[in-house]
Amino acid sequence: MKIIVCLKQVPDTETQIKIAPGGEKIVTDDIKWVMNPYDEFGVEEALRLKEKFGGDVTVIGMGPKRVTESIRTALAMGADKGILISDAALEGSDSLGTAKALAAVIKGLQFDIIFTGQRGIDEDQGLTGACIADLLGIPQVSLAVKLEVAADGKSVKVNRPVEGQTLVVEAQLPVLITTQKGLNEPRYASLPGIMKAKKKPLEEKALKDLGLDPAEVGLGGRKLKIIKITPPPARAEGKIVQGETPQDKATELARLLHEEAKLI
Amino acid sequence: MAQGVWAVTEQRDGAFRKISYELVSEGRRLADKLGQKLTAVVIGASMKEKAKELSQYGADRIIVADDPRLGQYTTDAYVEIMGQLVKAEEPSVLLMGASVQGKDFSARLAGRLGVGMAQDCTAFDIENGGLIATRPVYAGKAYTTVGFENSFPQMATARPNVMSVLAPDAGRSAELVDAQFTLDDAALKTKVAEAIKDASGKVDLTEADKIISGGRGMKGPENFKILEDLADVIGASVGASRSAVDAGWRPHRDQVGQTGKVVSPNLYVACGISGAIQHLAGMSTSKVIVAVNKDAEAPIFQKADYGVVGDLFDVVPALTEAVKKYM
Repeated sequence: MKIIVCLKQVPDTETQIKIAPGGEKIVTDDIKWVMNPYDEFGVEEALRLKEKFGGDVTVIGMGPKRVTESIRTALAMGADKGILISDAALEGSDSLGTAKALAAVIKGLQFDIIFTGQRGIDEDQGLTGACIADLLGIPQVSLAVKLEVAADGKSVKVNRPVEGQTLVVEAQLPVLITTQKGLNEPRYASLPGIMKAKKKPLEEKALKDLGLDPAEVGLGGRKLKIIKITPPPARAEGKIVQGETPQDKATELARLLHEEAKLI
Repeated sequence: MAQGVWAVTEQRDGAFRKISYELVSEGRRLADKLGQKLTAVVIGASMKEKAKELSQYGADRIIVADDPRLGQYTTDAYVEIMGQLVKAEEPSVLLMGASVQGKDFSARLAGRLGVGMAQDCTAFDIENGGLIATRPVYAGKAYTTVGFENSFPQMATARPNVMSVLAPDAGRSAELVDAQFTLDDAALKTKVAEAIKDASGKVDLTEADKIISGGRGMKGPENFKILEDLADVIGASVGASRSAVDAGWRPHRDQVGQTGKVVSPNLYVACGISGAIQHLAGMSTSKVIVAVNKDAEAPIFQKADYGVVGDLFDVVPALTEAVKKYM
């Protein structure tokens, strides 16, 4: 089974986001970059399928050179091969531009299943996976929490929770599946894994290797333009509910929720 | 020239989901600012009668795509149809819901149409005749305001529970239009084999009007009973922080936060949750936030409209009793 995992590098969840002067970018100096947490579930699921069905796992990342670290992490977990798409002309691409670049590389590869995280925890758009699937003309199943590939390796059953219910979706391969928490527990890279990863192939591609019109990608190709980045809106100052005993406080809170907030 | 605002509704089992009314209402406000018509789009099976009520929320036109194959959402069928409808009429603004279904639908449709899309927005406006959208990024640690660069339709999804619903006006009427589309069975590459209802029977967190959440301070799975008791009295759903889920006390689907669900209820009660950034990310657009925590220095109090410093094992049962008076 040929499996591809797309991964993104994002600021660690603990990162404090600072807005750069001009208000159009964030300050990236002190950021600790990690593999997007949702993508880790894709790497793990790919490795489990490879263990069951054989085949290989290719990891594709896009961005500056530092993304190599996240690709190496996936290789250390057990993926076989990495591809880094890196080109200054691709920086600033929006989700659609990113999907075009990734799809251009994937078109040249064989694949049965493509995994992407359900969204990057930086821009929180959740578009790239679906756009890649559409560009490749293959079905997508998003937000998988369980998946079962048929014994003949030709179809897959995916559980995806939607509000209040879980849908069991069947699709023929090839398919693109977006992953979320609950699917599996991603493994840690072992020390021998880290050593081996250093020798695994990691290919680099630039814009000229993709066969794309440069006007479609990068900052110039953006269809969604960022006007400004702002801190979250401030919330009104809250109040501490007063009272001698827990019962007094509870009674006062109930009164406030009824009379002031009008919620009960 | 692209013209008109479209609000794409969402139905399940023949009933509109709440987000549908939110989208039509917000669509009305934007259409008024643009001085253009609002079209509501309904995709489903046997939805024509039900669709008419959307006129009361401000739709001037209602396009209904009706087909027995459309009762249950599938990405393939819905995107195929919507792609055809958009290409035929070229609306200027296309609003959809940032529900689980809407996120899947809109993402693929944006790819199909090759246009820019703003996901999970909390505010919209019109500037110089173009759509402007505000959306949380980095899990709400910052917000971006975005516009569209010669990209039509201007596509965006609205976060559920954020856009206010207009009071229905029975005096309004709308033109009902049968959608013209073709749907080849060969284009349907996925199928829903089964729909398993959640056992809890509670409203999903992303749509809940009120949420009571528990964190590490709950000390164990058995203690969530006191949150469920309060939830039952006030009609709330029960959520959890990442630590409570990672400890195995609650299922993954209950997790609120950056790697769980993003919720926006009218009332969010955080019990024994310190307020780690990853949790705040998932609930900071709640309208009223209540925090109950023993530690007066817990960061959750900085977000709370009402803070109760105290032991949740005393405060929560007392609150359950105290609210009964008002129910």
